[in-house]
Amino acid sequence: MSALGALLRRDIRVALRVGGGALIGMLFFLTVVVLMPFALGPDLALLRRLGPAILWLGAMLASLLTLDRLFLADSEDGSLDLLVMSRTPLELTCATKAIAHWLAAGVPLIVITPALGLLLNLDFSATAAVALTLIAGTPALTFTGMIGAALAVTLHRGGMLLAVIVVPLSIPVLIFGVAASTSAITGSPAFGTPFSILCALSLASFVIGPVAAAACLRQRMD
Amino acid sequence: MAVIDLANPTRFLKLVERLLPWLALATAVTLAIGLQQALSAPDDYQQGATVKIMFIHVPNAWLSMFVWGVMSLSALGTLVWRHPLADVSAQAAAPLGAAFTFLALVTGSLWGRPMWGTYWEWDARMTSVLVLFVMYLGLIALWRSVEDPSRAARAAAVLTLVGAINLPIIKFSVDWWNTLHQPASVLRAGGPALDNAFLIPLLIMGVAFSLLFVTLHLAAMRNEILRRRVRSLRMMQAAQGAA
Repeated sequence: MSALGALLRRDIRVALRVGGGALIGMLFFLTVVVLMPFALGPDLALLRRLGPAILWLGAMLASLLTLDRLFLADSEDGSLDLLVMSRTPLELTCATKAIAHWLAAGVPLIVITPALGLLLNLDFSATAAVALTLIAGTPALTFTGMIGAALAVTLHRGGMLLAVIVVPLSIPVLIFGVAASTSAITGSPAFGTPFSILCALSLASFVIGPVAAAACLRQRMD
Repeated sequence: MAVIDLANPTRFLKLVERLLPWLALATAVTLAIGLQQALSAPDDYQQGATVKIMFIHVPNAWLSMFVWGVMSLSALGTLVWRHPLADVSAQAAAPLGAAFTFLALVTGSLWGRPMWGTYWEWDARMTSVLVLFVMYLGLIALWRSVEDPSRAARAAAVLTLVGAINLPIIKFSVDWWNTLHQPASVLRAGGPALDNAFLIPLLIMGVAFSLLFVTLHLAAMRNEILRRRVRSLRMMQAAQGAA
């Protein structure tokens, strides 16, 4: 347990230090949101209607952008091999790494959501709904994304391949995340249903993600 | 003292130590006078007391662009003259510029709420300031993503200069995209449109904020030089430990 705690602390510290790039996801999120009005036009009523969708798309792309750091840096300096060979179950190690990644790269996205909601003319309740669904949904993005990150590091191909693998897997999260936040604004359908499914997706990915990623990483050792 | 004499960081640090207290004092005095003048300025017949936000908002907006100018000069210093302090200057200026831009956005947003009924409107001037803010953040991210400061400096200098060329183009295209904000009213053909009762406090505040920037910039440069010394001492220590 203390080994996992140490891994968690180390991963967060590395991500936040110079060269870590956890906060770049936040900046990317801001950039995506700033870009949208240039394409859609500055109509505030339109932006308010599309706001939750824009925020969800931005958060999803931003979390995708930082995913390849999950295993790549460790693979380059050899510490991933040590993690794979250590006595701690690899599934737990993967889960810990994903939690650390979510804390360092996912939570900042949620933190700036209110400011971005202001840019998109969302009122308080809509912004709160989007933030709440992001809290429930981004863990699913990280944990399913981890599978892609493990595959990409196994095949020594990062970047684009990762995006192509991970995006289809995250479609359900996007559907229910946007549905829940839109329903919180319009009132129909009920907020509870899509939100519960979103939580269920996060919990399921919490089980499937580490097992699948650990299987990929073991295969890498052969 | 020529600029080239300041290439020696120790000499530069000595000069900064001597200058900083005076600069801080000058900043405090001008800021005090400016604030007093701003508070005693008459209310606007349309905007009421909210017009006083202008005395904070406009200097911040001026500086947000001025700091990019300072960084561009520093970038030239890095790329053309290889002045050892140029990249320290550029690195120290970036967070300050981002902070001034952020304050311009926040004060503008607080001003916009009672005036336009919304915290944010995608109008051309606000949007280009927001783009400027994103560019500052990108530059800081670039500084932060390379461990070796002198290598980061080269990359950041190129990006700063590209930004300096691109900023007018961005401004122009955003203007073309949308416009709602009032046009510039101080620097324009035919003299300022502001009444002297507003103009004088505004100019004093402009001077005060510029002094504030110079003070903070020099202090930040001093800190950065010290930080780099600590870094190289640590590297030497680590190298000795490894040997």
